[in-house]
Amino acid sequence: MSRLAPLALIALLLAAWEGACRALEIAPYLLPAPSAVAVALREHFPVLLAAAWRTLSVALIALGLASLIAQALALLTALSPLLDRAIRPLASVVQVTPVVALAPLVLIWAGLDHPQNALVILAVLVAFFPIFSGAVAGLKAADPDLERLFTLYGAGRWQRVIRLRLPSAVPFLLEGHKVGAGLALIGAVVAEFSAGSGKVQGLAWQILDAGNKLQTARMIAALVVLGAMGVALHAALEAIERAGLKWWRGR
Amino acid sequence: MTVTLNNAQVDYARGPALGPVTLSMAAGEAVALVGPSGCGKSTALRLLAGLEAPSRGEVTRAVGPGETAVVFQAPTLAPWLSAQANVALPMELAGVAKGEARERADAALRRVGLSGAEAARPAQLSGGMAMRVSLARALATEPRLLLLDEPFAALDEITRRALADDVAMLWESARPAMVFVTHNVEEAVYMAQRVVVLSRGPGRIVADIPVAGPLPRPPGFRTQATFRERVEAVSAALAQGAAG
Repeated sequence: MSRLAPLALIALLLAAWEGACRALEIAPYLLPAPSAVAVALREHFPVLLAAAWRTLSVALIALGLASLIAQALALLTALSPLLDRAIRPLASVVQVTPVVALAPLVLIWAGLDHPQNALVILAVLVAFFPIFSGAVAGLKAADPDLERLFTLYGAGRWQRVIRLRLPSAVPFLLEGHKVGAGLALIGAVVAEFSAGSGKVQGLAWQILDAGNKLQTARMIAALVVLGAMGVALHAALEAIERAGLKWWRGR
Repeated sequence: MTVTLNNAQVDYARGPALGPVTLSMAAGEAVALVGPSGCGKSTALRLLAGLEAPSRGEVTRAVGPGETAVVFQAPTLAPWLSAQANVALPMELAGVAKGEARERADAALRRVGLSGAEAARPAQLSGGMAMRVSLARALATEPRLLLLDEPFAALDEITRRALADDVAMLWESARPAMVFVTHNVEEAVYMAQRVVVLSRGPGRIVADIPVAGPLPRPPGFRTQATFRERVEAVSAALAQGAAG
């Protein structure tokens, strides 16, 4: 029953929306009825799906790159307190700078000929921090008594990192990647908006293009696809995190 | 002497934590360390283990690297490793070949009554079983100095008693010098040939009470007059130390 509650609410809201559009005769370019959105969705579905894949692939490539960079840097901070001091403030600067503000610059540097590259870089910038901070926290989260045990048996620095700190960090890394993946998708969409060109025909472009042509129903259809993709990505990552934790602790 | 504290004192940033304490451990001796919470028992144990250096005074340790084993209050197992791999870990860190380490780990698990649980992860074990794995890990390295820091504090009374007998038996078979830290007076008297009582923090030694009789203890030892008498003596010393 409680699982059906959100679905029931959505159905209720859609019905009210449809009813209001018909009763008040609202112009379709202002607010199309859900039925009109459904028609637009069906009509443009192949294009929207291809666009969604383009956006998703930018987000996934960015996630992979952010993962590599963030974990490598976190490992360096774990091995050397000096590097820790040097890297952390810069990482925070990357985190607090809004991606929209960076987008024009990155588009000039990297995106004039290949806007795709600029999108990936921007998505990497937003996905980086949660993975980095998760890895840094995780590498410090080893049980202090296990650390003592390693001292007792004369473990070297690398043994300590590989056999204790990295495995201890796994739950933090999973969480960091989950958050990072969501942000990579947001970063990719925001970057597409900033690029605002037909050279990169992702979902954001579909929304912009439909908006320019006052095809409001198509605009909302693109939003629906974006929302569905976000939900699917989140669910996939939750499942990966659960499976990862199960593997890590054996149940 | 296996290890000696000579006027050893430990100060932390928040104030003095232990001592001065002077204590000698003979090879193969079983000593219990009791004292009120916060008296510096665990600090004393870390001094004996060589995990911490005294702020003042001396610690002399006649044990080589890898010859000290510590059993902590919690089982302190790596959740991502099987029971066998957890037990083998210290040996592997000390450079024992993997195959040999795993074989010795299996043997140690058998000795603590856990054959069949080699592949289990810590999350699949009960508290008592996890503590047995922790014991097996300490014993597998064949330590000359075995330090236990309130190892049964989180267990129920029945498991506690069963494990106490097991520890005494395992101690008897290899005869390392053993220090058993606890705040439970009966457990201290039951587990040791000598009970060292610390005052409230920063702990100093207020009494050093010998306990006669064989270790492991014979059945019914807890009801014998000598046991009761020693428990009373230790309790009295503890009360005196707690009063300052």
